[in-house]
Amino acid sequence: MSEHSMNDIKSHVKVYMIVFAVLAVLTMVTVAASYLNLSTGEAIFLALTIASIKGSLVASYFMHLISEKALITWILMLTAVFFFILMFIPMTSFIDQSRLG
Amino acid sequence: MEIPYTIEERPDTGLINSKLGIWLFLASEVMLFGGLFSAYVFLRLGAPAGAFHEWGQELNIPLATLNTLILISSSVTMVMSWASLKMNDFKKYKLYMGLTLLCALGFLVIKYFEYTAKFHHGIFPGTNTFMSIYFTLTGLHGLHIIGGMIVNGYFLGSGSKMWTTEPEHFTNRIEIAGLYWHFVDLVWIFLFPVLYLL
Repeated sequence: MSEHSMNDIKSHVKVYMIVFAVLAVLTMVTVAASYLNLSTGEAIFLALTIASIKGSLVASYFMHLISEKALITWILMLTAVFFFILMFIPMTSFIDQSRLG
Repeated sequence: MEIPYTIEERPDTGLINSKLGIWLFLASEVMLFGGLFSAYVFLRLGAPAGAFHEWGQELNIPLATLNTLILISSSVTMVMSWASLKMNDFKKYKLYMGLTLLCALGFLVIKYFEYTAKFHHGIFPGTNTFMSIYFTLTGLHGLHIIGGMIVNGYFLGSGSKMWTTEPEHFTNRIEIAGLYWHFVDLVWIFLFPVLYLL
């Protein structure tokens, strides 16, 4: 292993530790936020926003997506599209119900 | 038969085959868990107003918070085990991989206490629709933890012999196992607020 890539890894390790600290703090923040008197809509928005930030940190740094090849990004973007379709399919039954009154 | 492109990147994809393979597998896993998250939304919208939140009050938030921290720590130790191999430090690799397994075990032990506490209070998957989706999602996630432990256990034990013969190939294997492990952590990052906090 060259000296250059060894130093690269060492700087990666520092980033991992920072990400770890941020994840731990955000976990405590999301728990604390759940004790606030928020409306259901606000609580869902806040919890999912924090979870998305945490998820992005794990994917970007631990899973190295930030420096990964384009092919993988494309695969994941396609997956995200299908994921959202999957999430919204159940909603159609509610559109149907409201039309029936 | 030898699998090609486990060390060198395949020219057309720019990736080692195992990395493309694990990402395709993880994409299918997103759809598997996505289907169940979708079921959660469906059941929540179909339940009487406020019922899902009320049924969820039975869950133990401090234990789940602890489990979240344990799983995040295990993700860090997992990535550190890979980084240790990159730095040619096999002893550190063993330490971090061992810690990863320990965290995974800790997670399962806490989950076991959570489940049995529910059973003692007469709460089962059939109690209400919240508990059905709670047990299904956390159960499937728990199976993923066990699966990861088997693979990581192999790489800590007899599988680690490969380090002496093919160190680069072994390092790549740990990276791939790590991608799976981080995904399992990522799923929990969403499961925790959705099931325990909302």
